[in-house]
Amino acid sequence: MEFFLVTLLNSLSYGLLLFMLSSGLTLIFSMMGVLNFAHASFYMLGAYFAYQIGAYTGFWIALFLAPLVVGVIGAFTERFGLRAVHRFGHVAELLFTFGLAYVIEEVVHLVWGRAPVNYRIPERLDFTLFTLFTTQYPAYRAFMMLVSVVMLITLYLLLTRTRVGLIVQASLTHPSMVEALGHNVPRVFMFVFAGGCALAGLAGVLGGNMFITEPGMAFAVGSIVFVVVVFGGMGSLVGAFIASLIIGAIQTFSVALNLSLLDFLNLFGLSISEDSFWHSGLSITISQTAPVLPYLLMVLMLIVRPRGLMGNRET
Amino acid sequence: MTDPILVVSGLHAYYDKSHILNGVDLSVGSGEIVSLLGRNGVGRSTMIKAIMGQVIRSGSIQFKGEAIESLPTYQISRRGLGYVPENREIFPDLTVRQNLLLGIKSGRASSRWSERDMYNLFPRLEERVNAPAGVLSGGEQQMLTLCRTLMGDPDLIMIDEPTEGLAPKIVEQMAGLFEEISSRGISILLVEQKLTIALKISNRVYVMGHGNIVFHGTPEELDANATVRQEWLEV
Ligand SMILES: Nc1ncnc2c1ncn2[C@@H]1O[C@H](COP(=O)(O)OP(=O)(O)OP(=O)(O)O)[C@@H](O)[C@H]1O
Ligand SMILES: [Mg+2]
Repeated sequence: MEFFLVTLLNSLSYGLLLFMLSSGLTLIFSMMGVLNFAHASFYMLGAYFAYQIGAYTGFWIALFLAPLVVGVIGAFTERFGLRAVHRFGHVAELLFTFGLAYVIEEVVHLVWGRAPVNYRIPERLDFTLFTLFTTQYPAYRAFMMLVSVVMLITLYLLLTRTRVGLIVQASLTHPSMVEALGHNVPRVFMFVFAGGCALAGLAGVLGGNMFITEPGMAFAVGSIVFVVVVFGGMGSLVGAFIASLIIGAIQTFSVALNLSLLDFLNLFGLSISEDSFWHSGLSITISQTAPVLPYLLMVLMLIVRPRGLMGNRET
Repeated sequence: MTDPILVVSGLHAYYDKSHILNGVDLSVGSGEIVSLLGRNGVGRSTMIKAIMGQVIRSGSIQFKGEAIESLPTYQISRRGLGYVPENREIFPDLTVRQNLLLGIKSGRASSRWSERDMYNLFPRLEERVNAPAGVLSGGEQQMLTLCRTLMGDPDLIMIDEPTEGLAPKIVEQMAGLFEEISSRGISILLVEQKLTIALKISNRVYVMGHGNIVFHGTPEELDANATVRQEWLEV
């Protein structure tokens, strides 16, 4: 029970963080029809910027500034990169974001080196919030959840209750009609791209010190976010939300479960001797399979329902 | 013709490598209703899209005395050119009211039309005001598209096949509406298949062949010209 509750809380905070990343990626995909391979690189930039800015200003100012800077970089990327490449078609745009991911990684190597940087949880949040039975629950995880939920509600209200939000929603599906009504759709595109990048940056600020800040983080997180978006259905925010929570839970629980099929069989009184042919296969624990589980799930989804949970276009 | 509000000359338009319009000349006077007729696929929609800046084009387009041929679409729209496309591009997930509100241009002070006017014109829209636009019938969607464009207060409105697939009764209602719009001083460029309604409400008509204007005159002149009708309009 204790294990279950704590792991549930952890998977929730991780899932919400994943949604912060996948929501931006999905919005950008709906709008431009292009999967932004560099999306997780903006997550990485968020973490490094928070580390760097935080060294001068402390965490709290960095929490606001880092995503802002990432958003501005995103705006420039759209305005002077993607928009210029756009007329050469989707393949060119895809290659552009691919190249960008490498460029950002190299820049990070150059500036901060190849080893992880010491980006730490701020002292003010480095305490135990409560103790659940015997497990101490860190305040920073709760803080992550709080920021994610606030972001989520803000994003929802912005999209559904404001005029700009309506323009964005309509532009997702009918950009040329929206433009014919006199709205500056190219600028809307730029702001959505920038906003998505800023969200990824914020996720980096929060995730960088919770997990790790190193040059490999973009690739590691990027592939999981890719799984989330495909699983949830390309272009669907609701799908991305559900998928983020599911993938978050699967990853968190599977890492935490140190059980194997062997233990499972033991539960039913079956035991398999150590020298049996099956023994080594069955003794693989769930946590050992954790890294591949999300991909397995994605492949299953692609077989059973190629457009994902809530997606409305074929991928 | 009254003072021209729109003058198109030598307009060429392309999709990738296919050359669709071959130097089209056309003009619309202030307050006029002008129809653009022709068989399927001759390039009537392309003509309107080219004016709107949605396809690659070359040639000269003057709107209210200003050259607009190199402006982006949203700038053209903001200068007072309204466009109702042929496939009723409503925003299906937004409500009827939200669709109408998106027709309003940001930062414009006053408009000839209020939301109220729209509901008076089409009470049916008011009944469905909070329904997602995607559930409306074809006719209702057509009305919504038209009203949405009117909310942007255009001086010239280009309407592409508004009556396609609609019941005769609604077609008649539409024709009445066009005259109402025109009576408020708004010019209309109408793309139509139905010759009867075009002849009834238009001041002038153009007939398009393959990427060219093949006839231009008053409805009476077209009515009298059996050759043009047989060669370019009747199936
Ligand atoms: N997006 C496009 N790409 C390539 N060719 C196109 C495209 N849209 C239209 N065309 C071609 O351009 C020509 C003119 O099309 P257009 O839509 O202007 O015709 P139209 O006169 O409006 O007829 P209708 O609406 O009845 O089809 C057609 O031959 C059509 O096949
Ligand atoms: Mg057409």
